[in-house]
Amino acid sequence: MFCFWWSLECGLSNWVRDGTMTRYLIRRFWQSVLVLFGISIIIFIILHLTGDPAVLLMPPDATQEDIDNFRKLMGFNDPLFVRWPPWEYLSPPWRFLTDTQYGRFFTGVVRGDFGNSFRHQQPALGLVMERMPATIELTMAAMAIAVSVAVPVGILSAVRRNTALDHAGMVLALLGQSMPVYWLGIMFILLFAVQWNLLPAFGAGSWKHLVLPAVTLGAFSMARIARLTRSSMLEVLGQEYVRTARAKGLSEVRLVLKHALKNAAIPVITVIGLDMGTLLGGAVITETIFAWPGVGRLAVQAISYRDYPLVQAAVFTLALIFVLINFLVDILYTYVDPRVAYK
Amino acid sequence: MSDASIAIGIGEAAAERENRWGLGRLLRELLRNKAALLGLVILVTIAAAAILARLVAPYDPLFQEVTQRLKPPGWTTPEGRISLLGTDHLGRDILSRLIFGARISLIIGLSAVAMAGTLGTLIGLVAGYRGGRIDDLCMRLTDTMLAMPFILLALAVIAVLGPSLRNIILVLGITSWVSYARVVRAEVLSLRTREFVSAAKALGGGGSRIVFRHLLPNVLTPVIVIATLEVARMIILESALSFLGLGVQPPTPTWGGMLADGRAYMTTSWWLATFPGLAIMLTVLGINLLGDWLRDVLDPRLQL
Repeated sequence: MFCFWWSLECGLSNWVRDGTMTRYLIRRFWQSVLVLFGISIIIFIILHLTGDPAVLLMPPDATQEDIDNFRKLMGFNDPLFVRWPPWEYLSPPWRFLTDTQYGRFFTGVVRGDFGNSFRHQQPALGLVMERMPATIELTMAAMAIAVSVAVPVGILSAVRRNTALDHAGMVLALLGQSMPVYWLGIMFILLFAVQWNLLPAFGAGSWKHLVLPAVTLGAFSMARIARLTRSSMLEVLGQEYVRTARAKGLSEVRLVLKHALKNAAIPVITVIGLDMGTLLGGAVITETIFAWPGVGRLAVQAISYRDYPLVQAAVFTLALIFVLINFLVDILYTYVDPRVAYK
Repeated sequence: MSDASIAIGIGEAAAERENRWGLGRLLRELLRNKAALLGLVILVTIAAAAILARLVAPYDPLFQEVTQRLKPPGWTTPEGRISLLGTDHLGRDILSRLIFGARISLIIGLSAVAMAGTLGTLIGLVAGYRGGRIDDLCMRLTDTMLAMPFILLALAVIAVLGPSLRNIILVLGITSWVSYARVVRAEVLSLRTREFVSAAKALGGGGSRIVFRHLLPNVLTPVIVIATLEVARMIILESALSFLGLGVQPPTPTWGGMLADGRAYMTTSWWLATFPGLAIMLTVLGINLLGDWLRDVLDPRLQL
């Protein structure tokens, strides 16, 4: 425990002493902003991939006149990124924001306005935000289950290396990594809901509804974190300070949990941060299988209804959350391991 | 021939010898490692079944016989056709469909990885070697790709372009180059300052020569390891797309599509959804076993 606080102190005092930490965080902040900018470009381009979004968005039996009118209404005749010739912008450059399609999209995104959902006739972002708590609940539960199973399994496997326990744990982890999420979900439904009638298969509401989707979603991360914890623990256990601590007569439990775990945790924390994004994305499939009322299911439905404002809002919001989480993980990281900021 | 070019010639010959020795060592190691060998056997079996599908599959995967629908594994029809793994909701033989489905999975897995690997390696090489602005740009691009909810992105793009084999490979290939680019860039950053690169520069080697002749061979090892493991990810992603209805379209048999079909009959006919899932799992397991071993042998430091 002392070591942990000490490293926190180091991080803090560094932060205050020279500007490294602040500079690092400012750099990371601008990087995140740039990433969000890139995402806005990508989700803007998706709609224009075929070259004519009007045809894509109108029903197949629409007349040419309807399509032309719709195109004018939506401003699809305007240039995408740059009005040609570009020196038209010489007088007021901010005309870019109103004259080009991306400019208008960009100002909308900055204001949180993705337009109205075609299907629901409501602001797309509002619809996404309505569903967001369910997705976050599912993702958090999945991560909690994954970490609380994977870390002890990984530690035990590392400490009892090459025993039957280790082999069993790692074979299970390998299987978990090889299983497609949706298949696992279907098998869970088949066993726990249909066969044994223990847990509800669909919908949301009580904690019972959360169990199957959360375990399904968390399975892959669980396997990955267990394997990573094991290998990182093995590496740390081979190091000299561990041998010193052991020579001092420390009990094995204390040695593993207090001395080794803290250093073994560093790569694991990174992966947890990255996996949050994978889980948010993977929730798309899990939510579809279990009819969980989250953003992923909303987005899949929106895609099948060609409701593009809603798709764009959902993709952007999920990406935003991922960027935020990783920004926070990086801040945490500089506390635990201040060397990061100097790289 | 100048001294310098002789020296380089000798160096290249030595490198080649080392490589050949490496291959022999690799094979010997493989025979010693049971898990990796198991992975290889699984993969070779599945690949052989996929290639020889016409010879191996007991029946035509598209042949429908509605009177014989939803029959359990081991069912024999009045005409004496035996369905080892049962029949689906249209009376098609599941085993035959699985064997033909392996083709789609392997084609998509391999082509998407070939595409993503080439793209990612090129981006990583350029970013690492040129550095500066180009490096910054590439790294922000990889961050952006990482932040994207991948399945949604792929779904949206395929919904716009239309689901076809070509489009699926394109989408998977273009969106998954990130891991290669990051690893290759990191390797190049450390290789760039080594003597053999300075020597090549001093001898007047141009940028593209240094990158392709001197840097590329040195970063191939991690690329091979990542590529192996990525084939598994691609197969899972492809089946996920099929599962969500935007994969290769029916009647072409795909594992993900079969699983999605089977979902509706889950409560009455478990075999519809179970076997395609097992096929995916077995393939992915084989690849993971082989990939893990390759990483341990070739590049133990690689964190994946």
